[in-house]
Amino acid sequence: MSDKAEVNRARRNILIATTCAGGAATVAAAVPFVASMLPSERAKAIGAPVEADISYLAPGEMMRVEWRGQPVWIVHRTKEMLDAVKATDDKVADPKSERKPSELTPEYARNEFRSIKPEYLVVVGICSHLGCSPSDRLKAGAEAFDPEWKGGFYCPCHGSLFDLAGRVYKNKPAPDNLAVPPYTFLSDTKLVIGEDKKA
Amino acid sequence: MAATEKQPITGAGPFNGILTWVDERYPLMSTWKAHLAEYYAPKNFNFWYYFGSLAMLVLVTQIVTGIVLTMHYKPDAAQAFASVEYIMRDVPWGWWIRYMHSTGASAFFICVYLHMFRAMLYGSYRKPRELLWIFGMLIFLCLMGEAFFGYLLPWGQMSYWGAQVIVNLFAAIPIIGPDLAIWIRGDYVVSDATLNRFFAFHVIAVPLVLAGLVAAHLLALHEVGSNNPDGIEIKKNKDPKTGIPLDGIPFHPYYTVKDIFGVAVFIFVFAVFVFFAPEFGGYFLEYNNFIAADPLRTPQHIAPVWYFTPYYSILRAVTVNFFWIDAKVWGVIAMGVSVMIFFLLPWLDRSPAKSIRYRGPIYKTALAVFVVCFFILGYLGTQSVTEGRTLVAQICTVLYFLFFLLMPWYTTIDKCQPEPERVTK
Amino acid sequence: MMKRLLLACVPFVMGISAPGILVAPLSLGLVVPLAAWASEAEIRLESAPIDVRDAASLQAGARTFVNYCLNCHSASLLRYNRLRDIGLTEQQIKNNLMFTADKVGEMMNIAMTKKDASDWFGPAPDLSLIARSRGSDWLWSYFRGYYRDPASPTGWNNTVFLGVGMPHVLWELQGDRVLIEEVSKDVAGLAVKDRHGNVIKSVRFETVRRGTLSQVEYDTVVRDLVNFMTWMAEPNQVLRKQVGIWVLFFLAILVALSYALYKEFWKDVH
Repeated sequence: MSDKAEVNRARRNILIATTCAGGAATVAAAVPFVASMLPSERAKAIGAPVEADISYLAPGEMMRVEWRGQPVWIVHRTKEMLDAVKATDDKVADPKSERKPSELTPEYARNEFRSIKPEYLVVVGICSHLGCSPSDRLKAGAEAFDPEWKGGFYCPCHGSLFDLAGRVYKNKPAPDNLAVPPYTFLSDTKLVIGEDKKA
Repeated sequence: MAATEKQPITGAGPFNGILTWVDERYPLMSTWKAHLAEYYAPKNFNFWYYFGSLAMLVLVTQIVTGIVLTMHYKPDAAQAFASVEYIMRDVPWGWWIRYMHSTGASAFFICVYLHMFRAMLYGSYRKPRELLWIFGMLIFLCLMGEAFFGYLLPWGQMSYWGAQVIVNLFAAIPIIGPDLAIWIRGDYVVSDATLNRFFAFHVIAVPLVLAGLVAAHLLALHEVGSNNPDGIEIKKNKDPKTGIPLDGIPFHPYYTVKDIFGVAVFIFVFAVFVFFAPEFGGYFLEYNNFIAADPLRTPQHIAPVWYFTPYYSILRAVTVNFFWIDAKVWGVIAMGVSVMIFFLLPWLDRSPAKSIRYRGPIYKTALAVFVVCFFILGYLGTQSVTEGRTLVAQICTVLYFLFFLLMPWYTTIDKCQPEPERVTK
Repeated sequence: MMKRLLLACVPFVMGISAPGILVAPLSLGLVVPLAAWASEAEIRLESAPIDVRDAASLQAGARTFVNYCLNCHSASLLRYNRLRDIGLTEQQIKNNLMFTADKVGEMMNIAMTKKDASDWFGPAPDLSLIARSRGSDWLWSYFRGYYRDPASPTGWNNTVFLGVGMPHVLWELQGDRVLIEEVSKDVAGLAVKDRHGNVIKSVRFETVRRGTLSQVEYDTVVRDLVNFMTWMAEPNQVLRKQVGIWVLFFLAILVALSYALYKEFWKDVH
């Protein structure tokens, strides 16, 4: 009967309208719950960029800075160290840092020395194998793990080696170079880690 | 009942297949029919019948907001207070979730009190619904416990001292009291140990029990069928052909759609409080609780949260030592009995009529007196003690108990009207 | 006989309950919001003329707070970078307001420990939430209630907080005042008494030494400070109300639609 069809259509329309409105309300109500799991202000504050004062860092020395719970190394490289970087080009697995560039090597570090200024190396000191922090062996000279050691870093956990640009040696457990974090120079004596220079 | 061959599901469009697959392995359709599409409820439910489903909605809200709060809250005496403010300030939308939870606690009690009052209006606790009432009362007790445990968690001044006072009530129990209080606290005073265990009770133990009791409550209801404002049993008048009660309508779609409307109105009112009056003059969020707990300084004015104030009034009203037992202990007993006596309602009420519509003037007066006393006691519980207030509290306490104790007598002598055969509007 | 006796009790009970029913309107007290200390305070609090949406006022208040309060009192639940919400940039915060922290994401803590404070002059409570526990009106009346009192250890007392341990930190701005208690006198010069026979006294302030600000200027400083402290106690309050308006608007639509749906289905039921 046409009367019943009228009723049913009205019923269906209101049903659709209410369901849509109710669905929209449910989604809107769900947003704050999902958003509450995003990093809070405290997490953001703790993960905030860190400033490092390099005015007292003498050539050949290294300093450690904590950023987002990780150690970040700043090495003031001497001319000999920069030459050593060139010399280890054929010993490292990924000399041009072509693997995972977006994760490990920002644009300003895609160069010969993997840094903004050649004399300052800035890398995250965590081995790309299983996460230990390698020890620094910056001085060139014969070592137990390499008689022709040119200087760099040695990871005690499983023996991975990295050169003075943070590049991983061939045939070692670690697959990748050490990550270069976002960083920028605020001045000649201060840099901030965790923040890129705004272009 | 002979097991009938399950029919494949039709009418669900593209979902017919998967629903049939599930139904062959799980009582899907039988549950759907028994509890929704073919559960016949009286057609004359009124305003008072919204509060059961609303209470369930609030339970779900409290659990969901509670889960998110637990992601950020720290149940440690040194960190708890600051962690609540962390949620309020640093967690994205944390303030909204916190206000939902705090307003929800008060909303829960409003819904539950009105839900219980409906039962008193229409005799919904009478045979054969005594067990339904008992499950409901157990839910009420769990709810009071849940609120009590939860209130310590913000670790404000009110939280701390309220817990201190209430746990000391247990110490008033003769012989075992002091040791019992130490066992409850895990320490000699309310401390970090107490906070941690109250957290465990509030987050896991009591919610699990509550969920089970709510399921039992609904099963008990569906076993006997719902009461209605006329207090008559609709199952007495069934259609001879279909066996469906003449005054019954399927819960789905009629009451699902009506409850959705009720939910919409409720959420609107709830949102008014959450967004514009979360403190509600200090009743929903007490001012003293914005001060971190200080074990060395009691605030001037400790009062329990508004939903406990009637019982608190009764506790304070007992000021005379009877026999060789302290007034303090009698107060605790009176307070306990004032809640527990509700369990006896199905057996105290001897009226031939279930619903207040058909009862005589004595019950109507008695219920009105009871309600007024309940409100007065509630108000007095928020105020400090004076002689005059104590006297009023004592009068109201006596009337409160007389409502129950005299009920077998006055419900018998009350002049009731004849109940109708079929439901009215 | 027994039945008649019991029957006689009914009017007795109803008589007893009559005052209860008359007193019933008191139950409205549950619904009307009451200040938690309305019962104990003989002290009348003035309504604080604040508006937490006034960014300029909040910024001025932030400056007063950081300069005068944030050495003894901490605001350890507020992050410095939260001040962006009242219209300040991170650079402005760092340059003008950060004396106790290095990074703008840190909390407004102070160097003094609670123990030291207690030993030296008594506890100075954290002020992050004071506007929610004591109330904005209390704070407004408090900062304008100080007067010189030789009898107190600090030399100061306060009409809103008798025997307060905190001296009048803003005294240079407001100046020194004393409390003059006057006996109300009638035309003939005789003391006026109330109906209990007690002499009626009135209290007023009298300035004995002017401060650097006029009364109006000082009140503005206090208003901005109290405004800031009210904002600080709940930084999300403005957002809360803004979101609330939209939510209620949308929910009203939902109520209307669900009502239409309910009525549509219930056409079948008679």
